[in-house]
Amino acid sequence: MLVASDLTVRYREAPSRALEGVDLAVSAGEVLCLVGPNGSGKTTLARALLGLVGAERGQVVLDGRPVKAWRAAERAKRIGILPQREELPFSWRVDEVVGFGRYAWMPPLASLGRRDREIIERSMERADVLTLAQRRVDTLSGGEWQRVRIARALAQEPAVLVLDEPTAALDLGHEMEIFELIRTLVRDGLATVVVTHQLNLAARFADRMILLERGRVAAAGPPMEVMEAALLERVFGWPVIISTLADGTPQFSPERGTAGRPRTLPPEAAR
Amino acid sequence: MKHLALVVAALVAMAIGIAAGAAALPSADVWRGLVDPASPAGPIVWQLRLPRVLLAFLVGGALGLSGTALQAMIRNPLAEPYLLGISGGAGLGAVLAISLGLGGVGVIPAAALVGALVVSAAVYWVATIRGSRLEPRILVLVGVVFAALCGALISALLALSEAAQLRNAFLWLLGGFGNADWPAVSSFALYGALPAVLVVAMASRLDVLSLGDETAHGLGVDIVATRRLVYGATALLTAASVAVSGMIGFVGLIVPHAMRGFVGPIHRRLLPAVFVAAGGLLVLADVVARTVMRPAELPIGTITALLGVPMFAVLLRRSLR
Repeated sequence: MLVASDLTVRYREAPSRALEGVDLAVSAGEVLCLVGPNGSGKTTLARALLGLVGAERGQVVLDGRPVKAWRAAERAKRIGILPQREELPFSWRVDEVVGFGRYAWMPPLASLGRRDREIIERSMERADVLTLAQRRVDTLSGGEWQRVRIARALAQEPAVLVLDEPTAALDLGHEMEIFELIRTLVRDGLATVVVTHQLNLAARFADRMILLERGRVAAAGPPMEVMEAALLERVFGWPVIISTLADGTPQFSPERGTAGRPRTLPPEAAR
Repeated sequence: MKHLALVVAALVAMAIGIAAGAAALPSADVWRGLVDPASPAGPIVWQLRLPRVLLAFLVGGALGLSGTALQAMIRNPLAEPYLLGISGGAGLGAVLAISLGLGGVGVIPAAALVGALVVSAAVYWVATIRGSRLEPRILVLVGVVFAALCGALISALLALSEAAQLRNAFLWLLGGFGNADWPAVSSFALYGALPAVLVVAMASRLDVLSLGDETAHGLGVDIVATRRLVYGATALLTAASVAVSGMIGFVGLIVPHAMRGFVGPIHRRLLPAVFVAAGGLLVLADVVARTVMRPAELPIGTITALLGVPMFAVLLRRSLR
């Protein structure tokens, strides 16, 4: 349903490509996590999936049609989004912000109809923000705000969700809440792409992971295949130990270095 | 309910506007003049006060709509139409016409309109990157630079003008409704109606646009097209306002802000509230302008600045906190 093939992106005046030959596919009922170091192209890939950046080569196809060929509103009915950063200039109520998710569905000049209101309410319920409906968004905590934004993405009634670092700056409990929520949504049939720095949570919640390294796919597959010590060491430039949870999920821990330098930095990563 | 209160307040403001003026008329005479144009006060009411009040109301409403839309597009409640060099362009066009001695009926407003549109197009062209991206901060920066350029050219024209033209140009630049008449009301309504309707029709798009580019794109707004429409509509509204009444600042800044607090930030409710409130406010500001130093008139831009600057300072301080 959302497929990228041989996706290659170069920003103007950038010395190297932001993405090079990336293949990706996500289908209903699946969580796909994009991981990788800072600057490895995760956000660029998420943006490219939405048609926000142009491809030098390759393309992104949504339901059989290039994502850029969709009209904005038609695309928004299929892909729900959670951008990484969002600053609000005005002080809206939570239900108003969630209501913005209905924009693509509303005929020009119309206001929210009964069906829209039902969907807004159901979206708030699913993201567990119904009790916040009348609150002003600038009074919310970080975790509440992220859930409100997820509710807004759900109000788009999408088939695919693209979430760019949905748990950035959240504490452990709130972070787990968001990942559990994502898992629940996927059980209901959504396809979900999650950009995250949380390798361990990605390993626990993702069906498949894509590890990016300087714009290229370093590894892709189930967490077992991606959470591999030598691979992570090379990509992140830091030695790691992989352990396994009782259910077989691989988890990593970074090793302590000496005098601020990793002990066993492989030559590849040291460059 | 809140909107109804605003409409009532605006009607009261208009009634005050019709009752007040350089010639002190008893209110009974004013009322008789309104009902019966043939009565002694009829000509004053129908030929002077009514068009003046209506024009002030419409210009206020237009500046309010324009400011609201611009604030949503630039995502900054401190933006206002005058930031984009639109008024500078209008001023330059008008002063150029005055200093060339082109004083015919409708020539100065037309020159102001052309100046405003030329400068706002130039600002847009310089501020857009590769014809598509429009970075709000860059737009404001370019607008300020062009406003400074227009100011410099206006100074040069004024320095070279003769005394009589100088005074005319100054009075025009300071803004006011002293020359309001029915043709001005109808030509303003003609120029302003289309962009005003366009802005109101884009209410829900403005909501989503003010969430920022990426979010708006993801929620289904065609950002580039919407920005062009918003910019074009605000430029037209401001240009038409400046053309008929000179430079009146701060209305497009303070009223949207106050109304967001009153009816909330959703544009479907906000835009009508701003239109009515800004119209009413400008009618009252005009009453102050023409009565406080009676029979002399103060420039209305002075009144709005006296109101607007303290509010702007408060706003800015609060946003910095």
